[in-house]
Amino acid sequence: MKQLPADYYQLLEQLQAVDFVLVELTLYLDTHNKDTEAIKQFNHYAKERKKLRNAIESKYGPLMQFGHSYSGQPWNWDDAPWPWQV
Amino acid sequence: MWVYEKKLQYPVRVSTCNPKLAKFLIEQYGGADGELAAALRYLNQRYSIPDKVIGLLTDIGTEEFAHLEMIATMVYKLTKDATPDQMKAAGLGDHYANHDNALFYHNAAGVPWTATYIQAKGDPIADLYEDIAAEEKARATYQWIINMSDDTDLNDGLRFLREREIIHSQRFREAVEILKEERDKKKFF
Amino acid sequence: MNTLRKTWHPYISPFDPCTPIKVKTYSTPPNLYMGFQPPGLEQFTPMEALRAGTLWKAFYDPWYSPYEKAREGQ
Repeated sequence: MKQLPADYYQLLEQLQAVDFVLVELTLYLDTHNKDTEAIKQFNHYAKERKKLRNAIESKYGPLMQFGHSYSGQPWNWDDAPWPWQV
Repeated sequence: MWVYEKKLQYPVRVSTCNPKLAKFLIEQYGGADGELAAALRYLNQRYSIPDKVIGLLTDIGTEEFAHLEMIATMVYKLTKDATPDQMKAAGLGDHYANHDNALFYHNAAGVPWTATYIQAKGDPIADLYEDIAAEEKARATYQWIINMSDDTDLNDGLRFLREREIIHSQRFREAVEILKEERDKKKFF
Repeated sequence: MNTLRKTWHPYISPFDPCTPIKVKTYSTPPNLYMGFQPPGLEQFTPMEALRAGTLWKAFYDPWYSPYEKAREGQ
């Protein structure tokens, strides 16, 4: 059975790190909506996440569905492995 | 609406096949101060809380679902290939008789999840204080589970989750300050 | 704030059956001391932040099991 290469775990962890900064800044901005520096940082990482997400999806298939990611041919959204399996 | 993302919030690792730890961990899956209760508590309260803090309840509630998936992953990994004998030896014989190795929303003692674990008083301060208490109780639960676990990889993920309780508690405390409406009168930005 | 772990000394009776724990500790995490978070607090890098579970160093307060502490002590 085919297993995911080390590159997948590395890329994924980079995205997890950037997304974590975005989660933290989101909660922070929910209570500090006038902190312009934090908003700048938020927008910077929002851009970063797009790049990383594209890098992962081009190699390992869609991360989201309902049209938030493009599909491959054939439909590859439901390809294993799922997050709890990797 | 909600949209699923096919990744965990944190790279969960488990180093030993240890169903006994799964039995303890299920407390944070379907227990009173677990991640399911947290997610449902915040996402339900947000309909009647002042607009200023709806965003916070929505975002923390959403993050709790990511934590629920992390706990599920840990339980799944700890029990994935465990035999009936291993399940029985781990004190999961009662669970196995009803569920095989499937996950279920119950606590470490096997009591099924119930809506009575969560409150919605409609009073913003009462609700936010409930949320602060829930975060501190979840933090404590993670401490007690970590104390019983010799699996460093697993504890790494549990430490992440415990730290998140600290941040959520901080934000709920700030939400209370916002509702007191005293901060704008001081020199803060 | 000197320490985030506070201690207390429970009463010990001569008739307590278990070996007494002389000092008990409990956690008082950084959120209890922060108040409303001020802007511009020192941050971790994104990868460090993910591992720490917080973006801001001031909130970092990890919890280790007795097993991990024993290994550390060796």
